[in-house]
Amino acid sequence: MRGKYLLGLVVILAALAYLIFGGLGQNLVYFLTPSEYLQDQARYQNRPVRLGGLVKEGTVRYDKDRLELRFTLTDGVAEVPVVHKGTPPGMFKEGQGVVVEGRFQGDHFQGTNLLVKHSETYQAPKEGWTPEEVRKLIEEAK
Amino acid sequence: MLKTAQPERPDTLTWVFLGLGLLLLPVGLYLALAAPPDVNQGYLARIMYLHVPGAWLGYLAFFVTFLYSLLYLFRQNPRYDRVALASAEIGLVFMGLALVTGMLWARPTWGVYWTWEPRLTTTAILFAVYVGYFLLRGAIEDPELRAKAAAAVGILGFINVPISYMSVKWWRSLHQTQSIDLTTGKIHMDPAMLQALLFNLLVFTLLYLGFVRFRALLAVLEARREEA
Repeated sequence: MRGKYLLGLVVILAALAYLIFGGLGQNLVYFLTPSEYLQDQARYQNRPVRLGGLVKEGTVRYDKDRLELRFTLTDGVAEVPVVHKGTPPGMFKEGQGVVVEGRFQGDHFQGTNLLVKHSETYQAPKEGWTPEEVRKLIEEAK
Repeated sequence: MLKTAQPERPDTLTWVFLGLGLLLLPVGLYLALAAPPDVNQGYLARIMYLHVPGAWLGYLAFFVTFLYSLLYLFRQNPRYDRVALASAEIGLVFMGLALVTGMLWARPTWGVYWTWEPRLTTTAILFAVYVGYFLLRGAIEDPELRAKAAAAVGILGFINVPISYMSVKWWRSLHQTQSIDLTTGKIHMDPAMLQALLFNLLVFTLLYLGFVRFRALLAVLEARREEA
């Protein structure tokens, strides 16, 4: 009976050690900005990294047939061209903060995972968003 | 000195907390579903009414465990240990709710259920520490040693609460910063949403108080059986 608890305790301690020393060490810097990446390019070459920044206005190109999303990631100083396979997430739009997981391939950053940030501000829409209007939006999207 | 006669049943106050909490729960649900949608997220933002009270009550519960663990170490009264235990257990339930609703919220907004970003990582660590708290309790046979060891974990483990809360400010994260910022007092939320959120927070607090008192009573009965 007590042995089972001790075993569980060891598992938890191992998990904690892994989280704190293995995971958290890298995660304190969750993502790099494009400028940070470009300053220390040699270090991150051919290694999976997370890049964070804003989707530059007017750079989003989505190829529906090949499911290929292209956009420029910017931190206001440096810019990085991103290519991502797959449909853009629902909240992805120009000017939005995003984090892309992937690695550099030649001149562009090949994303394997695209994460969209959202703000801490919650606002009710000025008008619209009645159930009927939402239903219409869903119908249109089909 | 404490009452020598130990109660067999929950007292009136426990029933009042539980009764009011359960009675107001559907009202909170109604307010959450009647609150306006968010400009960017639409109806998805409504997960907030479960997610935020869950996380806050989880933090509060672990704070109460911290407080009663300290009290136990100073006074050596088993009653404090039982409250610490009860609060940690209910805290795990609320924190678990926050984690699950957070994952369900993250998939449609961020695009993933889970990512090892600072807020999520520190909260996972927090959750694991209190799971460890109960495994430690189960592993030790001597009641006095058990209570002392648990109090140590209850005190040290609490360090993770402010770290988890501040993680979104201290480090680059995917999780947005606080909408109701307790460090600056700023609120970034529509008043109608805030009302619904605060009401649900009240309901969760009532349920927490009721649950903890109920669980502490169960701990009394457990201790009595252990002695017998």
